[in-house]
Amino acid sequence: MSFKIAASPHAHQRRTTQQVMRWVYMALIPGLLVQSYFFGLGVWVQMLLALGTAWLSEAACMALRGRSVSQAWQDHTAVVTALLLAISIPSLAPWWIIVIGTAFSVIVVKHVYGGVGQNLFNPAMAGYVLLLISFPVQMTAWPVPQELALYSISLSDTAQLIFTGFSNAGYNLEQLRLGIDGVTMATPLDSLRTDLAQALTVSEATNKAMFSSALGGIGWAWLNLAFLLGGLVLIKVRVISWHIPAGMLLGLLVPALFMSWFYPDQSVGPLLHALSGATMLGAFFIATDPVTAATSNRGRLYFGLLIGLLVFIIRTWGGYPDAVAFAVLLANMVVPVIDKYTQPIAYGHGGKL
Amino acid sequence: MSIPITLIEQGQIWSFPGGIHPPQRKQLSNTTPIATLPLASEFYLPLRQHAGEPGELLVSVGDHVLKGQAVSAPGLNNALPVHAPTSGTIIAIEARPIAHPSGLADTVVVLSADGLDQAAQPQPHSLSSDRTQLIDALRQAGIAGLGGAGFPTAQKLALQRPLEYLIINGVECEPYISADDRLMREYADEILRGTEILMHISGAAKALIALEDNKPDAIDAFKRVLPKYPAMSLRVVPTKYPSGGEKQLIQLLTGHQVPSRGLPSDIGLLMHNVGTAYAVHQAIDLGLPLTQRVVTVTGENVSKPGNYWVPLGTPVAHLLAHAGFKPEQAQKVIMGGPMMGFTLGNLQVPVVKITNCLLVPGAQELSPPADEMPCIRCGACADVCPAQLLPQQLQWLAKANDYDGLNKQNLFDCIECGACAYVCPSEIPLVHYYRKAKAEIREIAREKSKSEVARERFEARKQRLEREKQERLERHRLAAEARQQAQQQAVEQGAPNPNDAVQAAIARAKARKAAQAAAAEQAAAAEPQDDNP
Ligand code: SF4
Ligand code: SF4
Repeated sequence: MSFKIAASPHAHQRRTTQQVMRWVYMALIPGLLVQSYFFGLGVWVQMLLALGTAWLSEAACMALRGRSVSQAWQDHTAVVTALLLAISIPSLAPWWIIVIGTAFSVIVVKHVYGGVGQNLFNPAMAGYVLLLISFPVQMTAWPVPQELALYSISLSDTAQLIFTGFSNAGYNLEQLRLGIDGVTMATPLDSLRTDLAQALTVSEATNKAMFSSALGGIGWAWLNLAFLLGGLVLIKVRVISWHIPAGMLLGLLVPALFMSWFYPDQSVGPLLHALSGATMLGAFFIATDPVTAATSNRGRLYFGLLIGLLVFIIRTWGGYPDAVAFAVLLANMVVPVIDKYTQPIAYGHGGKL
Repeated sequence: MSIPITLIEQGQIWSFPGGIHPPQRKQLSNTTPIATLPLASEFYLPLRQHAGEPGELLVSVGDHVLKGQAVSAPGLNNALPVHAPTSGTIIAIEARPIAHPSGLADTVVVLSADGLDQAAQPQPHSLSSDRTQLIDALRQAGIAGLGGAGFPTAQKLALQRPLEYLIINGVECEPYISADDRLMREYADEILRGTEILMHISGAAKALIALEDNKPDAIDAFKRVLPKYPAMSLRVVPTKYPSGGEKQLIQLLTGHQVPSRGLPSDIGLLMHNVGTAYAVHQAIDLGLPLTQRVVTVTGENVSKPGNYWVPLGTPVAHLLAHAGFKPEQAQKVIMGGPMMGFTLGNLQVPVVKITNCLLVPGAQELSPPADEMPCIRCGACADVCPAQLLPQQLQWLAKANDYDGLNKQNLFDCIECGACAYVCPSEIPLVHYYRKAKAEIREIAREKSKSEVARERFEARKQRLEREKQERLERHRLAAEARQQAQQQAVEQGAPNPNDAVQAAIARAKARKAAQAAAAEQAAAAEPQDDNP
């Protein structure tokens, strides 16, 4: 009788990449529900489009690279990329936006660099930046939170808008984005920076309907809280470590705190920073992408701090209202340097405990 | 950098980075007392069961040996003797498969037991003997570290360095294994007596007995006998794998790290396993050489899991059969634990000094192997690495055969604990890659040193020949000068003087002699040179 030969260790923790990814999907659910509630069901349509595109692109790449196509189905990184991109873009954006973005993320950002684990840049964020630069109008056209909207949008309207650009009743997106006050609505961050640039004080700028019930703007605050909740669950079940989110939030909020001490009238303030835009989605779901983050725990903390700081700088002085995507890509470029200087000291090489 | 004695004396326990908590599954084997095993009919005694060279053979085929009689002698390069585990006849001395991850064959003495189990006269020693005598007694008893590394105990003790603490390692952190646990529960006093002997020989004034908090019975057993041994104290460390690793345990107990490529004695420490301490007691107090050890037999596919006193050399098949082994399709037989053990392809290999466990898991017991997926850089491996390495980086470098990079990333500080591979969600057999890379790097180093030695020899020979040639030329030159001088003298002094003729003759003879000597030199030089520098 012959016995099986295998290399140690023979025991293995029963948590595979698939299981990790399942946790990530589940942790996204609170955020998705909130997003659907405030901004309509567009996000689900976008996710379906993104998933379809991601799978097709993934399979095509695997086939072109002579790999087994079935392995692509097992690899969930493309799925996560697609979902994050779909969540990040305005939920009523035309269909080709998400298709172009996802295809670019998967084909260029991931596979051209060598596939899973090899890419330097966060695929979802690289796709997002490509879209933002190429199609700035569509990419900033966030729908109005439903309680502030002049018109309400049904599911079939949503699909119509995404695929044809017009709702059932024949309104286009710009018309639908009129707020109750009849003015086209910008996102809270957008509106704030425009107003601050026009030398309004923060209290004047936030004296708008969109800020009426929650800091960070109606909808956005709840959305961020929902992603925060999902993110905390991920830390609890040890799918992500706390280092990157904590670093990013610190890097963003500490400077914001200082700014609001010294220039209370012209600065946004930490709470608004924390609860608006893509802050929480970025901190817990995007920046934590393991492939493109720093390696060691200390490195991850620095990586997070850098992203947070960059978000703060770009939001405060930069040309774009939100900055998570740019900050993440910039930090991705610095990862090799961070890794070089934060390599843990191996046992017996004179390190402290 | 010296260890913080005051804090250690206060009983402080430090921590080490990383580590994992795999399911323990020790209850499978640790609830019954250590059982004795009926004698096998044949024993296979590999001459090399320890870290070092095999000892020189003392027996030949046909010899009758008694239990405890040495079949090989201690010697240079850490050679340790091996003893007959029972009485019987040597029926063969041949290359046979031994228990080694490579499955390679090595020299094995085959003993056919006569069933009488007659023992040789034991030779106890007293602690009043000279230190070197005691060390020699341990060497003669064939004692090697029973914790797994198999380093000769005598060799470890022979290093004469000032020591603060002797650490007795009863941590046994690897899942399933309970051999040390049972030994501590049943022989706590003997272990501490062995510890006392080890302290006496090594000169360590204090000893720490370390074990994990998952062994409450063993802790109680020690607590009962410790009052007899005031220089020893108990240290209970939290259960975490691999806290029983020498380096990790030292970090737990002292807060300090053993320098890379250094020894615990560099920071005033010496560590021995509880099994070793027991064997030391047996060898010194009772005069019994190392011929048996406790082995855990466990896993779902044995009906009588537990611990056994197993005579060294017992075939694995005999031990498993006795424990009620029911093999299934594609059965794995693991020697050692699930984290660091290796699989056996052949059950006729013997139990040796470093065998602490045989694990025969059911098909679903340990997670079935899965396909290796690409690394997603999740960093889980780096989080658990107790050596603070970057396993995923090592993996990439190993796959790329980047040996310089591997050295820079301190591959050789990897203790092969397997924690990284245990957590890797992509199921990458990381340790397998490291082992392969280490073997290749060692091989390259060996080749290099071989060619280095050859080159040095060649250079030395060239230099010697060159030197000899120069000396020869110098002698020739001197001889020629002497000849010339003699001739010149003859010419200067003119022919008519009869004395001159004599003088000339003398000079000629001198010159001829010199020339002859030179010729002889030349002839000698032309003879083949011997190559040894
Ligand atoms: S645990 Fe596995 S997948 Fe994760 S970084 Fe390490 S090697 Fe890569
Ligand atoms: S096997 Fe080596 S690299 Fe992996 S965790 Fe253990 S020490 Fe670290």
